[in-house]
Amino acid sequence: MGMLSRLATVIKARMNQILAQSEDPAALLDYSYEKQRELLNDVKRGIVEVVTSRRRLELQAGKLRANLGKLEQQSRDALGAGREDLARLAIQRKQAATQQLEGLEAQIGDLETEQQKLQAAEAKLTAKVEAFRSRKELTKAQYSAAEAQVRIGEAATGLSEEMASVGLAIERAEHKTQDMRARASAIDELVEAGTLEELGSPAADRLDRELAQMTATQNVEAELAALKQQVHAPEARP
Amino acid sequence: MIVRILDEGQYRLDSRFVDRLNEIDDMLVAVVAGSGAGSFDALFAQMLELVRTNGEPLGDSELAVSDVVLPSPSMGQDDLRALFTDEGVVPG
Repeated sequence: MGMLSRLATVIKARMNQILAQSEDPAALLDYSYEKQRELLNDVKRGIVEVVTSRRRLELQAGKLRANLGKLEQQSRDALGAGREDLARLAIQRKQAATQQLEGLEAQIGDLETEQQKLQAAEAKLTAKVEAFRSRKELTKAQYSAAEAQVRIGEAATGLSEEMASVGLAIERAEHKTQDMRARASAIDELVEAGTLEELGSPAADRLDRELAQMTATQNVEAELAALKQQVHAPEARP
Repeated sequence: MIVRILDEGQYRLDSRFVDRLNEIDDMLVAVVAGSGAGSFDALFAQMLELVRTNGEPLGDSELAVSDVVLPSPSMGQDDLRALFTDEGVVPG
């Protein structure tokens, strides 16, 4: 069985589920409106979820970007102070953060595409239901009851296919947002575990502490040197 | 005949293209089964291209049933496999 026939089976099954709700064209029409409202609500909810997930990822990406700048500066500072070990640690963290950031950016792009897709699906479905409504009215005016029933039935089948495909799109979007949510949680955990910890946070890590210590030591030495100069300066006078 | 590309819309396509569509479809199945040549993505792109280039998009006011349904351009091999599994369609 080819890919096309499998997909046709999947769509057909969904269309039948939609159409099987009623055998009477009038009831079918009511059901179509109801189903349309339901689907439009699903699409709207899907869009909200996509936007929420995207914002969360963007927030995380922003944090990672800020960390990159800090780590860059810290690696320079460390090297300037002759602490190659600390510089290496900072660079390692920078590289890990860069990788995470690239992954996040790809997913943010993905979500944007998903959002546009759902919005396009929503617009198309609205247009199709509207077309169905006017077709139904025209048909009833132009044809005998039996003929009208056949024509409306055909249009309803066409509409049900549109609904089935929108339903699939929504499910895929939901699946994607679930994946994104799981990923966002995993990154939050990494941040909490200190792997990508924001430097300068209350739970300052080893790199932070050592750099702070180094600066403090430098300050002590500088102050001591200045003090020595003051103390010893009068002795140097004739 | 009417061809739908999921997430994209429907096209009216001359029926003489149906053989070519089925040919690519068979090649896709062979690739998924591990016995075919070429890449899944490249073959799928060919299939989409065939419909987009030779088909005429259906207007929003048309309510037609499709004879052939193509996956969404954003679907990969894994997505399709998942789709079939979810629906309980037995592969093979």
